[in-house]
Amino acid sequence: MLWTKKDLLGLEQLTREEINLILDTAESFKEVSTREIKKVPALRGKTAVNLFYEPSTRTRVSFEVAAKRLSADVINIAAETSSVRKGETLVDTGKNIQALKADIIIMRHNCSGAANILARNLDISVVNAGDGWHEHPTQALLDIFTLKEKLGKIEGLNVAIVGDIAHSRVARSDIWGLTKLGAKVILCAPKILLPVGIELTGAKTSSDIDEVLKKADAVNVLRMQFERDEGAAFPEQLEYFKKFGITQERLARAQKNIVVMHPGPINRGIEMSSAVADGENSVILEQVTNGIAVRMAVLFLVSQAKDIKK
Amino acid sequence: MSILIKGGHVIDPANKIDSVIDILVEGKKISRVAQNIQDKADQVIDASNKIVAPGIVDMHVHLREPGREDKETLASATAAAAKGGVTTVLAMPNTNPAMDCPQSIELLKGIINKTAVINVFICGTITKDRAGYELSEIDKLKKAGAIAISDDGSSVDNDELMSEAFKQAKQAGILVICHSEDKKLSGKGVINLGFNSTRLGLRGISAESEYKRVARDIGLAEKNLARVHIAHLSCKESVEIIAKAKQKQEKNVTCETAPHYFALSEDDIVDYDTNMKINPPLRTKEDVLAIKAGLEQRIIDVIASDHAPHTENEKEIEFERAEFGKIGLESGLAISVMELIDKKILSWKELIENISLFPAKILGINKGTLSIGSEADIIVIDPNQEFILEKKSIVSKSKNSPFIGKTVKGLVEHTICNGKPVYKYNNGIYR
Repeated sequence: MLWTKKDLLGLEQLTREEINLILDTAESFKEVSTREIKKVPALRGKTAVNLFYEPSTRTRVSFEVAAKRLSADVINIAAETSSVRKGETLVDTGKNIQALKADIIIMRHNCSGAANILARNLDISVVNAGDGWHEHPTQALLDIFTLKEKLGKIEGLNVAIVGDIAHSRVARSDIWGLTKLGAKVILCAPKILLPVGIELTGAKTSSDIDEVLKKADAVNVLRMQFERDEGAAFPEQLEYFKKFGITQERLARAQKNIVVMHPGPINRGIEMSSAVADGENSVILEQVTNGIAVRMAVLFLVSQAKDIKK
Repeated sequence: MSILIKGGHVIDPANKIDSVIDILVEGKKISRVAQNIQDKADQVIDASNKIVAPGIVDMHVHLREPGREDKETLASATAAAAKGGVTTVLAMPNTNPAMDCPQSIELLKGIINKTAVINVFICGTITKDRAGYELSEIDKLKKAGAIAISDDGSSVDNDELMSEAFKQAKQAGILVICHSEDKKLSGKGVINLGFNSTRLGLRGISAESEYKRVARDIGLAEKNLARVHIAHLSCKESVEIIAKAKQKQEKNVTCETAPHYFALSEDDIVDYDTNMKINPPLRTKEDVLAIKAGLEQRIIDVIASDHAPHTENEKEIEFERAEFGKIGLESGLAISVMELIDKKILSWKELIENISLFPAKILGINKGTLSIGSEADIIVIDPNQEFILEKKSIVSKSKNSPFIGKTVKGLVEHTICNGKPVYKYNNGIYR
């Protein structure tokens, strides 16, 4: 099949086939990073702009590395030091970047839907690198890619997502992606961190982490995003760790080969103990490596869709 | 000047007319309503196969002048109204300055006299600067010309202050219009709380934040034996509360909804379209059915536009930062025809009651009728003419309509206000 979308805004709108196409493309790009000369000319002469309205290290660097391994030129804009501070609107900023003849904008924004608004106002590609609480499609794609690599398939897997579901764009993208590929997703969190109607996505919910871990083939542990919701109720940290924290002791009662994931950055001792983060079930650093292949695939596909349209 | 409207299907619920009959307008007033009028007139309108009705009385309109003339002016809003078949509006008081003192009202009256093409009545504020802390001098607002008071856009949180407002409004003989919203419950929400707010990662506004405040406002009105009109009903529970209250305090409780609450649901918020960002928010499909049932069962008295113009700069931005509200003066009738007449929820007579007669009665103004001797506010509608609501044909200064691109039905062909043609389809606005 051919990829036809100029943008990647989220996984909710993608078909199973489109998700598989990204994963398959990522598979073939993964090898590039193992070469002596880690570069292919797929995006030579293209310009990708990292437009980040929120602080981010791992996602921004991952996209930058991905674009550079495809031979694209990369420009980084940290919005807090740009004319955004002078009151420029999102759409104006986007149109200026388009006028510079850039080809792809990779945007991180603290407002849900910001990437949609930018994408519908521009002809160039927009890749969502995380918008508010909405979606973080490339993170979910790399989670799924890593799981598939570890367990050989996605169909039929029991995948638990534990923690701050309410404020998590990763959780939303994971739910869409995993359920579309046939995994069973169970969300485990204190009630106040489970948003209204989340079970309508097809995911199940639970507040009993030990029960959930018994059946899970994989667990994705989310960070408590205190910074995302000023004034909102959060569980007390020690209490949360006691009830939901992923520890060696808990893992001992889970399936032996359970895959432990985390989108980073980790709050060690809040959602996960250090021993687990660094333990043998953890694939956290492999996720980071796979992130490059997945993002190479996404940048390549959206760029190709643009070229086909021409 | 005289105008003869011939052969139209006249629907005038006030006079129980629902038949083909002619209307003669002489000067500012309706001089005859009779079969087959043969008098000579300066202008003859052939209204065969058309509906002839009293002009729409839209009791919930944000005109933005004075203060935000970049969004809308009296001139642009009243022109838009004329195009939409609206001959009377009630101007909401959240202008700058707010309509919280006689001086502000005088200022607005001056602008109305200079630039309005239709009738504009003024709503004063309940509290000074709509801040919810100190009551306006309600009797003085009334003397200056306000025909209702409202802090629209906000609700007075303090129960005692709100109770006092009802008490003084009753003494002054003025209607209180309530924007019923408990901000402590709605918080920073931007769309209805539910699966869609979760899916889109947006903060939600619960139905509870509306209906609890509706119940409180009705309770405080009852305590003071005062009249209350609840603005822009959006959810099922609010309709239920109103239905119950009407059994007890029939004459003192009235309410309105807006076309978007029966034409759109939260599921229509696609691609973060900020023209769908409205307060109260678009609710669930179930709520839409309840609003329609409320109209069908005659629980909801009024359909008003809640016309809320905003510039593109305030709308085509991040969803949570965009302003709440949509325009509606030009689309309200056609949306109502599509959703209520075509779907057999209301008859034409009932729709005319909701958009013209009832709001006029609630406001206590001599409008919404085609009685002989009354000021001639008349519209001629082609009920079957389909048309597309296009952005380029919007007369309002702001273009924030969620209905752009929609094919609708029920075209306003003529609008006559105070005996004067103010709009004709294809000819535009007459000033």
